[in-house]
Amino acid sequence: MSGQAVLGERAVWEALAEVPDPEIPTLSVVELGMVRRVEVGDGRVRVELLPTFVGCPALEVIRRTVAERLERLAPVVEVDATFAEPWTSDRITPEGRRKLRESGFAPPAPRTTGEQPLFATIPVRPAAACPYCGSPDTTMENAFGPTLCRSIFWCNACRQPFEQFKTV
Amino acid sequence: MSTSLPATGPEAAAQLDEPTREALAELLLAMADDEFVIGFWDSEWTGIAPLLEEDVAFSSLAQDEIGHAQVLYQLLAELRDADPDRIAFGRGAQEYRHARLLDHPRTDWAFSIARRFLYDTADAVRLDLLAASSYAPLAGVVAKMRREETYHLLHATAWVERLAGGGEEPRRRLQDALERLWPDALCVLAPLEGDRRLVEAGVLAEPLADGEQRWLTGLAPLLERLGLPFPFRRAGARLEPAVERPASPRGDHSASFEWLWGEFTSVYRSDPEAAW
Repeated sequence: MSGQAVLGERAVWEALAEVPDPEIPTLSVVELGMVRRVEVGDGRVRVELLPTFVGCPALEVIRRTVAERLERLAPVVEVDATFAEPWTSDRITPEGRRKLRESGFAPPAPRTTGEQPLFATIPVRPAAACPYCGSPDTTMENAFGPTLCRSIFWCNACRQPFEQFKTV
Repeated sequence: MSTSLPATGPEAAAQLDEPTREALAELLLAMADDEFVIGFWDSEWTGIAPLLEEDVAFSSLAQDEIGHAQVLYQLLAELRDADPDRIAFGRGAQEYRHARLLDHPRTDWAFSIARRFLYDTADAVRLDLLAASSYAPLAGVVAKMRREETYHLLHATAWVERLAGGGEEPRRRLQDALERLWPDALCVLAPLEGDRRLVEAGVLAEPLADGEQRWLTGLAPLLERLGLPFPFRRAGARLEPAVERPASPRGDHSASFEWLWGEFTSVYRSDPEAAW
């Protein structure tokens, strides 16, 4: 590729696919579904990220890592985080879900759609299938976990604890 | 505190007329202070909760709530063209506008659960009133917060059931806590000076007083089934409280809160001009 080549959106997406989530590094920010939009034009790149959780302490790290990676592609890089649309766990890609399972995480359940009831709680049944042995015979031990985005489960079949990426 | 936050709404803020902007600022401050203060009380259980699982849960709840407060302070700062850190940490204790429900210390486990339950359910109603807000930056944040709150509601409801059916002492402690907290719980959805203005502007779906009725109507079946304190009388379709809401629902804060304020502002106050 020559130095004069026009930077394409695709090259930006490929670069973003190399940026890991700091809390679950086997997943990239693209597989996590955090990238809302990529704009490329005239020596500049602008990327919009959707924060996975409102209080996610990793957001600033992610933003900086994305900016540093893209600065190799364009002289002017802008990385914005936005709540203009909510990130939901449904945005995690099939590849991302596969990688979660391989790292010992149950992927989030599909979100229920439609109007949220007033005191909506997450559905406890069916419980997440065990990422190690695949058994559906599991118990939620704790709705909360070591980071904001994880819950803790116990597999009654293979008798191991595991985590699920929260369904939000 | 503000560095990692999404650029939310300076343009949207500029389009509001002055009375609406004032009313929205009052609402945002109340919400942000509520989340901030309950977050700090929650964090007090880290390391000393009755179960390891609850050390994790309360630490995570605290992080969620303080994260929500952070974004709400950011929205408020854009409205007022101010520094969010200064709003969060740079005020005197009596300038905070959290509900009186959050003035109590953590007390015992049943008390902390009872408070979380009352707060989480009232807050769910408030978020519901803002879900379709005409103020887009707030609607976006609220959509995200509501999804996270489904985990809080699961936690609070499960623990209320567990303590209510958990034998004589847990049940008695939960009952005592609810009885003590009900008057102050009525402070969370107490009318704000500008909430009618916010309804007219489409920022809020209905006045907080109507939201309060929906909250109580929604809670009644669970509390009645569990035989827990629910001090309200039915007057037609309305539920009238048999306890009195404090005259100053978001002021006149307690000595306990002043102590907590001393803790959570101590680093900021040591050097307010420092760049962290």
